[in-house]
Amino acid sequence: MIVTTEKLTKRYGDRAVVDGVSLSVRRGEVYGFLGPNGAGKTTTIRMLLGLVRPTAGSARVLGEPPGTPGALRRVGSLIEGPGFYPYLSGRDNLRVHAARRGVAGTHVEAVLEQVDLAGAAHEKFRRYSLGMKQRLGVAAALLGRPELLILDEPTNGLDPAGMADMRDLVRALAARGQTVLLSSHLLGEVEEVCDRVGVISRGRLVAENTVEQLRGDTVLLVRADPIEKAHVLIEGSSVHGDVLHVRQTDAGSLVRTLVRADVDVREVRPLRRTLEEVFFEMTGAA
Amino acid sequence: MGSGVLGSGVLGSGVLGSVKAELLRLWKWPATWVLIGVWLVMTLTFGYVFNYLALNGGADTRDLSQQQLISAMQPENVGAAVVRGLPMFGGAIILVLAALAVGSGYGWGTWKTTLTAGPRRVSAMAGTLGALGIIVVVLVALTFVVDLGAAVAVASAEGWEWSLPGLGALEALGASLLIAAMWTAFGVFLGVVTRGPALAVGLGLMWAIVTENLLRGVGALLGPVESLTEVLPGGSAGNLAGAVGGSGAPGVLTNLGGTTAAVFLAGYVVVFLGAATLLKVRRDLV
Repeated sequence: MIVTTEKLTKRYGDRAVVDGVSLSVRRGEVYGFLGPNGAGKTTTIRMLLGLVRPTAGSARVLGEPPGTPGALRRVGSLIEGPGFYPYLSGRDNLRVHAARRGVAGTHVEAVLEQVDLAGAAHEKFRRYSLGMKQRLGVAAALLGRPELLILDEPTNGLDPAGMADMRDLVRALAARGQTVLLSSHLLGEVEEVCDRVGVISRGRLVAENTVEQLRGDTVLLVRADPIEKAHVLIEGSSVHGDVLHVRQTDAGSLVRTLVRADVDVREVRPLRRTLEEVFFEMTGAA
Repeated sequence: MGSGVLGSGVLGSGVLGSVKAELLRLWKWPATWVLIGVWLVMTLTFGYVFNYLALNGGADTRDLSQQQLISAMQPENVGAAVVRGLPMFGGAIILVLAALAVGSGYGWGTWKTTLTAGPRRVSAMAGTLGALGIIVVVLVALTFVVDLGAAVAVASAEGWEWSLPGLGALEALGASLLIAAMWTAFGVFLGVVTRGPALAVGLGLMWAIVTENLLRGVGALLGPVESLTEVLPGGSAGNLAGAVGGSGAPGVLTNLGGTTAAVFLAGYVVVFLGAATLLKVRRDLV
């Protein structure tokens, strides 16, 4: 495990912002940290980076306590938007960051290329668009080729093309063996790039699994006439209005059974729960 | 992978890397040079331009006051010219610079970027203090050079016999650095406590220019308050400046011995920086 937390808790007064979160991120995976706004994602991440001290519980990042130089130098992060000096150029901001990380300045040009900002690297940070600022933040996170990347809402402010680029970048990083912890409230984003997902709601981790397992079994939707006869013929089916939901995946045998019994089959298609549906179920959001 | 890059590309880590990063960003910060420029213009204007105009204001008799003016502008007295401006106006400018340098990082989110880059919090803070220290040394050195240039120009124009400052100027320069260090530490403390530039600058200016002067006014009525004002930050600075010959400027006092004033100033430096560092290390960065 590259990140583990054990009953990690942060309270402000009586209010538990993060409440007993135990999660684990495996080496080489893209872990989606999913939750509505205010669910406790960023506070959890801040605790993993040592910016916020837990009220209770513990965490290990790359085998070390959060916030220690040994851990931080192997982690690249972008938390709640990039924090850079507005009067410096993008390149100079990265040079400053590289000096702090103890990374050679030559790496600055490489990460600028990686996030497609080399052409605008001489411009002042304050003149950057929101998307450019976000990409500079990712570039800073990539400095020193960290083993673990923690990206909190990295697609904030990006246009659709920028979001697609970011997803490609995350996939490319994962392909290179880097572990990525990607926090987001964008379900499609998480569904597309993440191997495993942790769902946090009101400070509590309500689920942690692969996307496939979170979605659960595939259900077949069957539209047939007469519906009652079909329902009787197919074991384990349930009637939902004028269609049946069948918890099995062998559509061929199902159709043969119905046709042999003189039932007209009008439609058979897999009905998969989207991550969005699972998410709403778990978080109670709507 | 990550450790390899870090291992081969290390330019310096911990404090040294932090000092380098902070110097890079402070050196390229327009506010640094605007404030230093304002200070140099002030010291030239009040130390030489007005004195020169007063000296050549039409009176043809050289009374004691004129002798004082001439003495104040002599190149050999440049050390005193540097130190006399620092207890109040120069100190206020240095305080503003330090408060802005530290406080702005909260609004820009750069403290977050700094503390997740790898250095320990103490190292990050030491980097900021080290870089500010270098900037303050540059400021005092520039003041000395500019004042010396102005003094030589005036002496040459007036046809005075003049000589370069002797080793005695080192005492005044040392006192200048200690006074500047105290105001820097005060600004850093306010920046950390208020977690922003605006309140830190406002409170600092109010203290340096208004509060201590008001207390001195009250001190004329109440003995204990008068004694207290001598050892407050501005009072200590003024007394040290007075002890090394920097008389004749607002804020300069001659009621305490130089050693006593220097001890109080050193105490303030330790207390302000100690408290600021402790807060920085202990407090959550949210």
